[in-house]
Amino acid sequence: MNFLRLFAVFFRVSLLNEAAYRVNFFVQLFQSLLELGTALAGLAVIFSYTTALGGWRPDEMLALVGVFFLVGGVISLIIQPGMSGLIDSVRDGTLDFTLTKPEDAQLLVSIQRVAVWSLLDLLMGLGVLVVALVRLGEKIGGWQAAGFLGMLLAGSVIVYSFWLILACLSFWFVRVENLLEIFRSMYEAGRWPISLYPGWLRFGLTFVVPVAFATTIPAEALTGRLGIGSLLGSLAAAMGLFALARLILRLGLRRYSGASA
Amino acid sequence: MKLLLQIRHLLNLYVQQFKTTFATMVQYRASLVIWTISAVLEPLVYLIVWSTVSNGSGGSVGSYTAQGFAAYYIALMIVNQVTYTWIMYEYEYRVRQGYLSFALLRPVHPIHADIADNLSSKLITLPLVLIVAAVLALLFHPSAGLHAWALLAFLPALVLAFLVRFLIEWTLALAAFWTTRVSALNQVYFVLMLFLSGQIAPLGLFPPWLQTVAAVLPFRWMLGFPVELLVGRLTPLQSLEGLGVQAAWLVLSLLLVRVVWRAGVRVYSAVGA
Repeated sequence: MNFLRLFAVFFRVSLLNEAAYRVNFFVQLFQSLLELGTALAGLAVIFSYTTALGGWRPDEMLALVGVFFLVGGVISLIIQPGMSGLIDSVRDGTLDFTLTKPEDAQLLVSIQRVAVWSLLDLLMGLGVLVVALVRLGEKIGGWQAAGFLGMLLAGSVIVYSFWLILACLSFWFVRVENLLEIFRSMYEAGRWPISLYPGWLRFGLTFVVPVAFATTIPAEALTGRLGIGSLLGSLAAAMGLFALARLILRLGLRRYSGASA
Repeated sequence: MKLLLQIRHLLNLYVQQFKTTFATMVQYRASLVIWTISAVLEPLVYLIVWSTVSNGSGGSVGSYTAQGFAAYYIALMIVNQVTYTWIMYEYEYRVRQGYLSFALLRPVHPIHADIADNLSSKLITLPLVLIVAAVLALLFHPSAGLHAWALLAFLPALVLAFLVRFLIEWTLALAAFWTTRVSALNQVYFVLMLFLSGQIAPLGLFPPWLQTVAAVLPFRWMLGFPVELLVGRLTPLQSLEGLGVQAAWLVLSLLLVRVVWRAGVRVYSAVGA
């Protein structure tokens, strides 16, 4: 609960800051709509030549696009700003101000910056997902819905922990922003079901850079493609990676010496 | 005599720029890897998606088999690497921070430094992309109808594509003189490029009316045309016509650069001016 209360506070502050630049809202709205339109038009081109892409029907692909935008929205709303904030403050020594606050350091660094307008991507992803769900209709049972929500949560935790681990490398190395950029460009491959890709690429997008957990696996859970093994594996990976990220942050903080110490 | 001297000056400038760019790029090896990953990943993903479609619908889509798509997208990866620019991201920063003032003080048009910088970094990244292309060729077994005349015509087509793309994107980058919100404009441009240059699908797969639109606009001539030429999708006559259209766009974009640059410099005022 504490997390939600703090997040609400940070979100409100960011929103107040952004409210001074209202045109930005419309620019962002325009860009998000354009991106969604591009994704849908791309699907239209593909499905004008086929009825199913590697076994995925149009409505199921629509659900995947929804998940892609939803998780992408979460990344650019809170994960990306927070983690680049962490890297900046380790380099500048301003992490001191965060550490002296009477709250969990990991929580504070994770929500310190919120890119408010990215909420649009998130909402649009939700919208697309709802449309896809309505069109998929009764095919989705209670178990599938529960599995989907669980996998969405697990996928978000995995992506968050992965970014946190990368950002924590800044305690040891000076320039790590580039690693975060690599994730952003690899995330683009998550627009399509990972099962389309050849084995080596599938492996890379699952175990080296965990894109599959964020987009394909939730969509597979929703469309009844996910076995119980992968489901449990994904949950275990989320918990394991989260614990690892927390440990690495602790080790990093122990090494951190501040701006003037 | 004067002209010769001028050319020598320019050549000198290009050589110096190459040295500077090379030194910078050696410093930023990580950014190099990132550029390569994104330059490779996008065509690779479309290659895989379209191969899946063609394998799923009886072995071909239009006139493209899975191997045909492999050839098309590997060629696209190389042509895109040669022709792409990042100037649209850079200009906004230059104008906003006032760095453009330094470029304006120099006795040559600032576009030369940008072209030289672009070419220099390509000299370093292109071998990397060619290696990746060779590996992908081993993995995806591309097949294309290679003709000697097409290979010969490919070179001027590639050079023209580079020049037209560079001039048009440089002109668009100048939008930074008038507005600080260039990101929306850039995105519109990239969407048009994605659909009308042959990136999302070979243009031959689009309905005829859309192919006509693509033929009238510059995007195909900056990317798709050299690719189609290289993988043997065009007749000699079509190739000649294409080179003609490219030349026309070159003239047009040269005019555009002149007009927009003059108007832009007039509205530019750095802090402290």
